[in-house]
Amino acid sequence: MQITKAMKLVSTVKLQHAKQKAESTKPYFNMMYSTVCSILAKTSNITHPYLVENGNPKKMVITITSNKGLAGGYNNNVIKEMAAQGLKAEDCEIYAIGRKGYEALGRKGYHIFKNESDIINEPLYSDAINVSKEVLKQYVDGEVGEIYLAYTEFKNTVSQIPHVMKLLPIDVSALEAQAEDAAKTLMEYEPEAEEALNEIVPKYMTSLIFGGFIEAVASENGARMQAMDNATNNAEEMIADLSLKYNRARQNSITQELTEIVAGASAIE
Amino acid sequence: MADKTFQVKVVAPERTFYEGEAGFIEFNTTEGQVGIYAKHVPTTSIIAPGVLRIHEAEGVKEAALLSGFVEVLQDSITILAESVEWPDEIDANRAKEAKIRAERRLNKEENDIDFDRAELALKRAIVRLLLAR
Repeated sequence: MQITKAMKLVSTVKLQHAKQKAESTKPYFNMMYSTVCSILAKTSNITHPYLVENGNPKKMVITITSNKGLAGGYNNNVIKEMAAQGLKAEDCEIYAIGRKGYEALGRKGYHIFKNESDIINEPLYSDAINVSKEVLKQYVDGEVGEIYLAYTEFKNTVSQIPHVMKLLPIDVSALEAQAEDAAKTLMEYEPEAEEALNEIVPKYMTSLIFGGFIEAVASENGARMQAMDNATNNAEEMIADLSLKYNRARQNSITQELTEIVAGASAIE
Repeated sequence: MADKTFQVKVVAPERTFYEGEAGFIEFNTTEGQVGIYAKHVPTTSIIAPGVLRIHEAEGVKEAALLSGFVEVLQDSITILAESVEWPDEIDANRAKEAKIRAERRLNKEENDIDFDRAELALKRAIVRLLLAR
């Protein structure tokens, strides 16, 4: 119980940090998202490789999990969500970030493209740049046809939702629906929109991946905090139950001893 | 013209770098150096390494703006900076080393593959050194 309580405290502190970080990075991603939305809304009929499927059924999945266990269903939920979204072992390449996901997916027969589990201990923006560069290269070379990001979204301390997000090709129709207002202001592009996309899409992906890292870290600690809280409660319950049983057994043996002594004494008389 | 101010927001991945009112702002884009007053035509452009100058009522603020992109609207401007630093955050020694490294790489003629990257690194280092002094 001491241990679970201590672990809960540790993850509470870590959660505070992670939460703060997640909040300070939010403006960037919101901005990035709305800008990309408005750009794509304006350039709807272009056939840019980042927007059109290249026909390869292989899917690259960047799976973000934790390196340490004891976080309740945190890691398992991500993997379950992947299966629920129809990402089967045969046609997936896994870019594993987080040892737990790497091990679990390896056991399930997924092909591991790369394992970069150290990132999640202390995710940096430059890590996100590297990851997005690597997966983009695979995409541009035609090695994979789609890129997904599997991570856990941090709603609040008690609720973390596993999420599988399609990064490439960008689902233009979905973005357009959200960008209708933005499209009304006529925007000029320097350089031209198509060229701008070449620059912006990788940045967009990097920011999404980085956002995934940050949210996943917050979620991991939230999940662990909860798991440890539950463990503490369970331990308390168990201790109460066991000490009751122990006292009963002790009483029993004393009563029995007493009756034996009394019986023995009366037999001698 | 400069009495009209507009909202300036510079957002980096880890933090909101700057937020305030300015009358005029200068930075570098892939198409060249630009200066923007209020009521500019809405524009989106890509940042090239350069010095960002924000002309506020009280004075001019400078920062090293190295990559990202910018969205200009009539009454506001938002810079999504992947990498941006105030002068006192710049590590001059590191920048100097980076500059020398990039120059060496550029002088070697055989490896033309990383030419763009080295050139970009050199530009970044020069901008940093310019401000660090």
